Amino acid sequence: MLKQIEGSQAVARGVAMCRPEVICAYPISPQTHIVEGLSDLVRTGELTPCEFVSVESEFAAMSVAIGASAAGARAYTATASQGLLYMAEALFNASGLGLPIVMTVANRAIGAPINIWNDHSDAMSQRDCGWMQLYAETNQEALDLHVQAYRLAEELSLPVMVCMDGFILTHAHERIDLPQQEQVDEFLPPYEPRQVLDPADPVTIGAMVGPEAFFEVKYLAHAKQMQALDLIPEVAAGFARVFGRESGGLIRSYRAEDAETIVVALGSVMGTIEETIDELREQGVRIGALAIKSFRPFPLEEVRAALGGARRVVVLEKALAVGIGGILSANVRMALSGIDLHGYTVIAGLGGRPITRASLLRLFADAIADELQPLTFLDMKWDVVQREVERQQAGRRPGPHAENIIRDLGIVGARSH
Amino acid sequence: MPHQQIKFYQAGSFVAGNRLLPPEERSVQARMDRSNSLTSGHRACQGCGEALGARYALDAAMRATGNQVIAANATGCLEVFSTPFPESSWQLPWIHSLFGNAPAVATGVAAALKVKGRTDVRVVGQGGDGGTVDIGFACLSGMFERNDDVLFICYDNEAYMNTGVQRSGATPPAARTATTKPVGEEPGNVFGQGKSAPLIAMAHEIPYVATATVSELRDLEYKVERAMEFRGARYLHIFVPCPLGWGSASHDTIRIARLAKETGLFPVFEAEDGEVTGVSRIRRPVPVEEYLRPQRRYAHLFGDPPRADVIARIQERADRNIRRFGLLPDPGEGADLPGHATDKADVTT
Repeated sequence: MLKQIEGSQAVARGVAMCRPEVICAYPISPQTHIVEGLSDLVRTGELTPCEFVSVESEFAAMSVAIGASAAGARAYTATASQGLLYMAEALFNASGLGLPIVMTVANRAIGAPINIWNDHSDAMSQRDCGWMQLYAETNQEALDLHVQAYRLAEELSLPVMVCMDGFILTHAHERIDLPQQEQVDEFLPPYEPRQVLDPADPVTIGAMVGPEAFFEVKYLAHAKQMQALDLIPEVAAGFARVFGRESGGLIRSYRAEDAETIVVALGSVMGTIEETIDELREQGVRIGALAIKSFRPFPLEEVRAALGGARRVVVLEKALAVGIGGILSANVRMALSGIDLHGYTVIAGLGGRPITRASLLRLFADAIADELQPLTFLDMKWDVVQREVERQQAGRRPGPHAENIIRDLGIVGARSH
Repeated sequence: MPHQQIKFYQAGSFVAGNRLLPPEERSVQARMDRSNSLTSGHRACQGCGEALGARYALDAAMRATGNQVIAANATGCLEVFSTPFPESSWQLPWIHSLFGNAPAVATGVAAALKVKGRTDVRVVGQGGDGGTVDIGFACLSGMFERNDDVLFICYDNEAYMNTGVQRSGATPPAARTATTKPVGEEPGNVFGQGKSAPLIAMAHEIPYVATATVSELRDLEYKVERAMEFRGARYLHIFVPCPLGWGSASHDTIRIARLAKETGLFPVFEAEDGEVTGVSRIRRPVPVEEYLRPQRRYAHLFGDPPRADVIARIQERADRNIRRFGLLPDPGEGADLPGHATDKADVTT
């Protein structure tokens, strides 16, 4: 059914159709509308049977999900940013225990300085926590990925994060094809836990494990993610059969067949990148793009096959590994090891800085001319940085960076667009 | 089975022996069909109060529910000594997730059971004092305020024993721990810190809060059974001496637990909906010195020179508990049988 609907509401509907039995959530922007929507659906009885637990923190949210999942219930939660960090310890625990929890991450920057807007710092910080990470490009895909995520999680008994860009997707109203409940039921069988707390068959879950077995238990999580490399395309194909549209998968190429330059990115920025590529293609530039849909597991072979024939690869990423640069680009480079091509890392859009077509056009032109630095910060205000650097050098107590810079710029939010 | 009327002191201790009780009042541990939820072979230290408390508490919970219990455990001694992979001492479904989240994991289990219509299966969360009053406290308070159907049991040995006896929010004043050593001007843990988790639990106005010790195990069992009669959040705080951390003899665990109660340092009471409904009266009042002396964690109080001033301050704390909870027996009245205390006490702060 087609409906003009907010991304968060679409995800809430999609999640509800997956029939989660326990939903636990703690509010954090920009995740709030999703769990508000689910709370409504539970209260009105549209989603039943389901327990909605309003917890006191994200750490508790993930912990309740762990308990619920271990007791055999399909569990769901959603978070973002600081919330994801606050549940970090429980994230590793959920994957280590092999509990198929599905969680939406409404991607948002991480402070300090505190910032509610979109980038991928939150999910990237948890890239090694053992969860699978799927990135949605559109609201339709965000909805669809949740349905696929439960299939994937429960098949492998491993948790999945569905990452969708905060505000850019969560708060955008778009036309969405809402699935029918019967379709979701056909695609997603009831949850059959691989391990369950049951008085009729008592098991110990979460035992102390020493050096004699820890390595093997940890490896199993990796082995499951390697299995997911096969399973993710299968699940996406099965989804397409039932729902009649393409969503998910490991990667997606855009006009890249004969491309000399390929731009790699995660999430919703693909839309802007594709439009920019269309413009350049009209000028005869052989440029294409590659969307990474599954960041964990990382599809090394598929990425290698998709990029190996290009002359240059520009990785545009919304996260910064302070002290080295790119995160996505480091993963892409691993896929390309031994292949001789120009590789560029572009850090863009941190803290919600808009990534515009105009900026991308300039960026891609520089890349095509091989004039880009190996590490580029898109639309960095170097004059602002320089002024603050000088201030720091001028005296022993120049004060906090963020406040100084905001004072230089004027009001908060000035000149961000 | 014939039985005789109970007279205290008959058994040479303050414990009413099972043989003196009618069968229905006998300890769960005295029954052939006890569940042995925490079974033998675990790696707890000799004289471990926590292992004893956990065995009695969980077996009582199992008996009260027809063996329909799921346990969620915090990280700590209890988790470590019971589950070195691939061995487990747990004969009930048991999950350990993290140090600070056992109450929330228990909530999750309870939510799953509710949604599946398995309200016959009950949930017990458990942890040490660190996992309960410190790192797990936010999750505990959340579980309380939502009135989730969980019995949370704190096995309080008054410090972080698993990591090597560091101070916790439940460590009493003057006690030596690895981070409150008897050095400097104020040896041992400082006065004026720490919290009473049972009183804070009561402030949540949850259906049932109780304290118990491993010296009165029948009382402990009664409180677990009583707790299982309620739905919603319940809290049981059990005083469990730790021979290793306290520097006490393994064979003194029960004696020290009894002295904690008899001195008034650890008030034993129960409360419903935030109101105290019963206290276990002191049977033979004893000065705190008797409690402190057998524990090396207080050895610096009995050195040269002895710290009579510090002991007096500890006595003041005991006296305050005695006044506050009405712990002294009424003159001319016999002491209460554990588990049968019904006196009202006025608890105000």
